[in-house]
Amino acid sequence: MADFDRELDASGLNCPLPILRAKKTLADMESGQVLHIIATDPGSVKDFEAFAKQTGNELMSSGEEGGKFTFMMKKS
Amino acid sequence: MTEKKLAIIATKGTLDWAYPPFILASTASALGYDTEIFFTFYGLQLLKKDLTLQVSPLGNPGMPMPMPVPVVIQALPGMQNMMTMMMKKKMKSKGVASVEELRELCVEAEVRLVACQMTVDLFEFDTKEFIDGIEYGGAATFFEFAGESDICLYI
Repeated sequence: MADFDRELDASGLNCPLPILRAKKTLADMESGQVLHIIATDPGSVKDFEAFAKQTGNELMSSGEEGGKFTFMMKKS
Repeated sequence: MTEKKLAIIATKGTLDWAYPPFILASTASALGYDTEIFFTFYGLQLLKKDLTLQVSPLGNPGMPMPMPVPVVIQALPGMQNMMTMMMKKKMKSKGVASVEELRELCVEAEVRLVACQMTVDLFEFDTKEFIDGIEYGGAATFFEFAGESDICLYI
């Protein structure tokens, strides 16, 4: 059972594309909806924290599974 | 959240130096910044519809090379093309966006792109070769925006 509304697979993309794609996807979502992001860029871990802090979207969780980084972001 | 402003001056027209202005401007826009890039001198090359940007190892001892290449060899005809091809291939394999893609993202995000009128005239650039939607202005135009910016970068 998915506990998110949309998913973005940014695997293989490098800075700043994961952030830009996430921003674009969030723009099409409703406030309170959750976006699940998958990325392989190690820099995206700090970048999504910084993105959340500056945009007001909530980074609910982040993790790593088998070389992939995952994030749950709730649209503000 | 009040909108912050980022002003960038792009002065370089090589493939490698095309990245910082477009990466920073597109990211700043995603973070909610109102962003302007002022293109002057060789930076004007970044506004051409058909980008033919190249990298050169010449005069750039910091460029990582797959193997050491003596400077006189670097200056041989075709070396610059070869280095450019290798750089583009590497960027693609690492998932780094193309300059065209990043510029398009800047345009979509309504980053203001301003071409320096004086250097357009100086180098006799054909403005028909530039992408659509850019503005033309001078130093005073730049300061109108930069004077109120929170961050100002010279690249």
